[in-house]
Amino acid sequence: MKLKGRVWKYGDDVNTDVIFPGKYTYTITDPKEMAVHALEDLDPGFATNVKPGDLVVAGRNFGCGSSREQAATCLKEAGVGAVIAESFSRIFFRNAINQGLPAVQFKDATKHIEPGEEISIDLAAGVITSRAGTFRVPPLSDFVSGILEDGGLVPHTKKMLGGRSCGSRGR
Amino acid sequence: MGKTFAEKILAAKSGHREVAVGQIVDVSPDATLSHDNTAAISKIFEGIGVEKIWDPARPVIVLDHCVPAATEKYAANHKTIREFVARQGIENFYDVNAGVCHQVFAEKGHALPGRLILGSDSHTTSYGALGAFAAGIGRSEMAVIFATGTLWLRVPETFRIELAGTLPAGVGAKDAVLFLIGRLGADGALYRAVEFAGPVVETLSVGGRMTLCNMAAEMGAKIGYVIPDAKTREWLAGRARADYEEVGSDPDAEFERVLEFDMSGLSPQVAKPHTVDNVCDVEKVAGTRIHQALVGTCTNGRLEDLAAAARILAGRKVDPGVRLLVFPASMEVYREALDAGVVARLVDAGGVIMNPGCGPCLGAHEGALAPGEVCLSTANRNFRGRMGCREAEVYLASPETVAASAVKGVITHPAEFL
Repeated sequence: MKLKGRVWKYGDDVNTDVIFPGKYTYTITDPKEMAVHALEDLDPGFATNVKPGDLVVAGRNFGCGSSREQAATCLKEAGVGAVIAESFSRIFFRNAINQGLPAVQFKDATKHIEPGEEISIDLAAGVITSRAGTFRVPPLSDFVSGILEDGGLVPHTKKMLGGRSCGSRGR
Repeated sequence: MGKTFAEKILAAKSGHREVAVGQIVDVSPDATLSHDNTAAISKIFEGIGVEKIWDPARPVIVLDHCVPAATEKYAANHKTIREFVARQGIENFYDVNAGVCHQVFAEKGHALPGRLILGSDSHTTSYGALGAFAAGIGRSEMAVIFATGTLWLRVPETFRIELAGTLPAGVGAKDAVLFLIGRLGADGALYRAVEFAGPVVETLSVGGRMTLCNMAAEMGAKIGYVIPDAKTREWLAGRARADYEEVGSDPDAEFERVLEFDMSGLSPQVAKPHTVDNVCDVEKVAGTRIHQALVGTCTNGRLEDLAAAARILAGRKVDPGVRLLVFPASMEVYREALDAGVVARLVDAGGVIMNPGCGPCLGAHEGALAPGEVCLSTANRNFRGRMGCREAEVYLASPETVAASAVKGVITHPAEFL
C-alpha cells in the first residue's frame, strides 16, 4: 500500500478526548458526523480544512486515554490516509488498524516531517519520504497488513468466517 | 527460563504450552466487559452476520456512562442494549441501578485470579488488582469476540514496580500511582504488563490495589496487576462466581525492567491540567482556587475513599464557592456508606450525593464544567475538554486532598485536617 498526502503535524500525547470529545461518544453514531468533530479540542480548524488523503503526523503516545474507537473512525471518515507517530497508545493502534486506518510508527516523525509538506509512504516496504529525506520505518507485520488489506477487522472477520456455520469458532 | 504472569495466562488462554514476548496469539477470554457502548457493539456484531453470540455466560454488561439516561438519545442507546441482552440471552447484565462497571464487575465476582478479561473500556486494567489479566480493547474487537469467541493479543514485556517503605498518614494508593505516572510519563509503560509489588502494595487494601491497576492505563500499560495474597482471597470469599487458580510470575521470570521507589515521605500528589503525567507535590499547587470537587469514579469511589473524605469533612462545611459532588462507585458502596454514617457526614458538610455511575468524569452529564472553572477530582483523567468544556481545567488528587480542598476552596494539603 502506497500513500501520498499533505501533513497536519501535532505534538506528544494527543489523547482520544481531544481527538473525539467524550460528550459526543453516545450522542453521535453516524461516522460522517463523527468526522465533523475530528480533533475538535486540539485543532478546531482541522475538520473543516482537512482534504482526503491528508496525513496526521505526531509525536509520542498518539491516541492515549479512552478506548473509544471513534477516535480512529472520525479521522478515517475525515479522509485521513494514515497516522504517522513516534509511538502509539496500544488501544488506539488496535482501533486504527481495525478501522482500516494505517498507523505507522516513525521514531523521528516530528524531527523530519514539517506541517503542510507533502510526503509519501510505502507501507509494505517501510519507507517514508519527506523533504528532509528518505527514512526507513518498521514495515507493518503480515498479520496487521492482512487486516488493513481487508479494510479492517470486521470485513476481515467476515472473510474468515465465510462459508463456516455461525459460531463454529466459539469455545 | 521462568515465565511471567502475562506469559503464563496468555499461553493458557491461547492453548499453547508456552508463549514468548512479542508473539501474537489468538485468545479466548473468560469474561468480557462492555458498558453503554454495547449498543454500538451490538450493531457492529449484527453486521458481521453471526446470529448468536459465542457464549451468553461470558459477557458482562454494565450501564454506567450516562445513568439514568440524560436525554432521549442516551435513553434510546440503553433501550437498544436491553433488547440485545434479551435477544441474546446474556446472563450478566447490570442496569442503571448497579454502579461503575469496574466496581460492579469486581464486586459481583467476575474478576478472578488467573482469568483473561477483555473489556471495551481503557480502565479494564482495574481487575489486575485481583490477579486477573485484564486489558482494554475497542468496540469492533468486542463485536468480533461476540461473534467468534477469540481475539488476537501480543504477548507483552513486563515491568515490575516495587513500592518500598511506608506511605505516610493521609497518603494513599492514589498518591503513589500519580507519583509513578509523573516519574514514568504517560507512555512510560506503553504496551507493557506492570506488576505492582513490594511492602507498600502488600499493605494496600484490594480497593487501593484497584486504584493502582486502574491508573496503570495512564502510564500506557496493557495490564496492571498484583499477585493474589490473603487479602485477595478474603475479598473474593463469598463473591467469586467460579473456582479460580492463582497465577504469579516465576522467581526467575524475565522482566524487561525492575523499578523500585521508596514511598516513605511521599507528599500528596496532584496531576495538573491537561495531562495525567503533569504531576507535582500538593505544596506546589496549594492555594489554587477550585469551583468543583469530585469524589468518586472507578478510581476512587469505594467506601474507603468516601470514608476518607468524610473524616475530613465531618463537622466542617464545604466552601460556599465550591460544589462538592460525591459518586459512590456502586450501589453496594452506597449502601455501606449509608450504614456507616458516611453519607450523612458528607451531606451535612454540604456535599451533593449523586447516584452510582461515571458521572461527569467523561463530560456526558451530572456536573459538567463551565469555561474558566477548575475542578479537583479523584478521577483518572484531566485531558482538555474531559469534563465537557474545553476552557475548563481538571486537577487530579486523592479523596483526602479533594475533601480538604473543598473545605478551603483552594487546593490544600490534607495534613492539617488529619
